[in-house]
Amino acid sequence: MDMSFTPEQIAFRKEVREWIDSALPPEIKRKAENGANFEHDEVMEWHKILYRKGWAAPGWPEEVGGPGWDVAQRFIFGEECARANAPTLSPFGLGMVGPLIIEYGNDEQKKRFLPKILSGEEVWCQGYSEPNAGSDLASLQLRADKDGDDYILNGQKTWTTHAQYADWIFVLCRTSSEGKPQQGISFLLADLKNTEGIEVKPFLTTGGTDAFSETWFEDARVPQENRVGPENEGWTMAKALLGHERTLIGGVAESGRWLAATKRIAASTPVGVGTLMDDVAFRRRIARLEMRRRAVGMANLRILAAAQVGRAPGPESSILKLAGTEVYQAITELAMDAMGHNAMGWFDSPLEALPEPQQWIASQFNYLRACTIYGGSNEIQKNIISKVILGLPNA
Amino acid sequence: MNFDLSEEQQMIVDSVAKFVENDSPVERFRELRQSEQGWEPQMWAKMAEYGWLAVAYPEEQGGFGGSFVDLALILEQLGRGLVPEPYIPSVVLAGGLISKFGSSEQLERYLTPMIEGRSSLALAYAEKQSRYNLNDCLTRADKSTGGWTLKGQKVWVLNGHAADHLIVAARTSGEQFDSSGISLFIVDSDAPGLSRILVKGMDGQRSALINFDGVEVDADRLLGEENEGLAPLEWAIDRGAAAACAEGQGEISEMFERTVQYLKDRRQFKVPIGSFQALQHRAAEMFAEVELCKSTMILAAIQADNEDAGTRKAEISSAKLQLNDGGWFVQKYALQLFGGIAITDEEDIGLFFKRLRVLNGLFGDADYHVDRFQSLERFNGESI
Ligand SMILES: Cc1cc2nc3c(=O)[nH]c(=O)nc-3n(C[C@H](O)[C@H](O)[C@H](O)COP(=O)(O)OP(=O)(O)OC[C@H]3O[C@@H](n4cnc5c(N)ncnc54)[C@H](O)[C@@H]3O)c2cc1C
Repeated sequence: MDMSFTPEQIAFRKEVREWIDSALPPEIKRKAENGANFEHDEVMEWHKILYRKGWAAPGWPEEVGGPGWDVAQRFIFGEECARANAPTLSPFGLGMVGPLIIEYGNDEQKKRFLPKILSGEEVWCQGYSEPNAGSDLASLQLRADKDGDDYILNGQKTWTTHAQYADWIFVLCRTSSEGKPQQGISFLLADLKNTEGIEVKPFLTTGGTDAFSETWFEDARVPQENRVGPENEGWTMAKALLGHERTLIGGVAESGRWLAATKRIAASTPVGVGTLMDDVAFRRRIARLEMRRRAVGMANLRILAAAQVGRAPGPESSILKLAGTEVYQAITELAMDAMGHNAMGWFDSPLEALPEPQQWIASQFNYLRACTIYGGSNEIQKNIISKVILGLPNA
Repeated sequence: MNFDLSEEQQMIVDSVAKFVENDSPVERFRELRQSEQGWEPQMWAKMAEYGWLAVAYPEEQGGFGGSFVDLALILEQLGRGLVPEPYIPSVVLAGGLISKFGSSEQLERYLTPMIEGRSSLALAYAEKQSRYNLNDCLTRADKSTGGWTLKGQKVWVLNGHAADHLIVAARTSGEQFDSSGISLFIVDSDAPGLSRILVKGMDGQRSALINFDGVEVDADRLLGEENEGLAPLEWAIDRGAAAACAEGQGEISEMFERTVQYLKDRRQFKVPIGSFQALQHRAAEMFAEVELCKSTMILAAIQADNEDAGTRKAEISSAKLQLNDGGWFVQKYALQLFGGIAITDEEDIGLFFKRLRVLNGLFGDADYHVDRFQSLERFNGESI
């Protein structure tokens, strides 16, 4: 048991910090300092800068282009990115389908897909949920019927985040209706831009941005060679991927960024002759959440460290998702409280009424109500914890 | 003790509910939030025809001599439809102040046309630095030959973008934080030197940032006593808080009822999600909070007319805390139980959520009201 950083790790932190500071393009840096919302193009620009440095995929093994970092280095890197407010890269390629292909894909698939995920040349999105298959994911109905060398897809996915930008989508689809619902599911990779019969209809979120879409499939042909793993055995992989997703969604780094933003807002909000940051009661509210976030951060590290020595993030990742998202949301609520009347504003409010660092808070506060819903809702995480970890009996 | 509605009150509730159903369902608000003004003068006139703008004012002022409870009942129903007409800023805040402190001439010039639905009003009190402290006032009114000259800025003036007349809190003596020295003025919104910047809010309603760059007003525009404006302002903002609880009650009830319906309709794992005990318990907890909100809301409405400021403050702060904490519980879990669809702009539940979050931050947040409650003199006694 040892939590201290070695001199090498301290030097590594310094290297990362200095590099990020010098590598962030001026406009992105300005936005980062003001807590503004990054456009998709800006996120991709940062992705490509990280790629050229070899740091786009901290969690990938070296042989497929990862930097070969250990847990401590990954942790430090994550902290430094959050500290600098650098754009968060889209998780669907690097954090989800990439690791899945690394684990289950064949050599051709690795060669075809991994380099472009890494470089950001191809953007990905996740086609799991359907209108009637949310929490009950295994009841999904998107049909994939074999025809020659292809599958023909018919049906609908929904809530597909980033589909409006994506080049590729990974989908769970039904290749058999025999047996339990979990048994007839396959994992396919579909070319979103160049497949006839796929239509993406973006819709507005409560954050006021068009962050997700309905994705429709009508006789859309996907080559069988784009199936990852054996036919009808996609469910195991789908679940493994959710394990990765849940640790990501825990949002430990992101909530740290929000804490910092909250402190900045409080320090720039006058109250009497001082600021809100001088108000003991408000400081106490910030401190409580900062301390609780440390508990989640440490739990995160322990779970990641366990995964490092060969144990995949198992059901324990549900704890991170549960506790992490609740702290995260509480911090966004605190940021709103810090703003006082300004919390009424919106990102299109004139700057005279709402200073730039506060412009996106309400939008993101609204959008982030989703983090206890997506990636398996928190109620579902509680079911997993009580059944799988605690072994409690069924009703 | 009697918590029943009178026959007239029940009639008001029924008629506003019918109005919301027929004339102003949530879809109307959806369309209006895209428009510049955000609400419709002809609908305002209709509300005046029904008498809802007049209800709580004394008969000699052209009102029906009702109480704050009547206002609360109307607001609760309006909240259910997210009706965007400026009832709180115009009827409760500014109209309330003119009714209580205005001269007969002021009543005739500013209150009567509003009651008749021909104009609307706003109260300009908050400033960039003031947060919820009403005594923190930098806007100045300096004596001039014919009256006063106003200089300064007000922010988040609800309905400030559309109001015909504004009541403006300005300093006529003393320093930034002094309790005395604040006066209230009635200012025409098209007065030279006054400029307004329209601000669209998170909830789709409108307010304005207003600059007063040497605005001249005549001596007869002073509302109430010179230098003694703080107490009336506190009174008005307290009524604003009570009104927020009343409107919020409509939105909370609506969110709760829609959630219960959704638990019955939405199926996952081959059953209605409302059959999961975890969600049944959540709904039960939400129900308890809805009822606590309703209870404190009623108490606040009853005490809003109380001449004893201590009683008024204690009950209104308690109600606002309950709205901000208990109501928050309901609004937060309503979204959670709707799942992914709650995060789409198409689903109404998020509109109620946003409006409630705005009400949370108006007229004092939870911290403000807890602080105020514990600073009341009676708090040091055994029980309040
Ligand atoms: C912003 C956002 C982005 C998303 N991005 C994507 C994406 O990119 N790709 C993708 O595939 N999906 C995405 N999703 C979908 C997300 O995974 C689903 O919304 C989620 O799984 C919940 O499903 P649902 O919305 O159908 O809600 P439902 O499953 O209908 O759940 C409704 C409520 O019932 C509760 N509930 C359901 N079953 C149980 C149970 N057994 N016990 C107790 N409570 C239960 C839930 O917790 C929830 O509170 C996204 C969602 C959001 C909000």
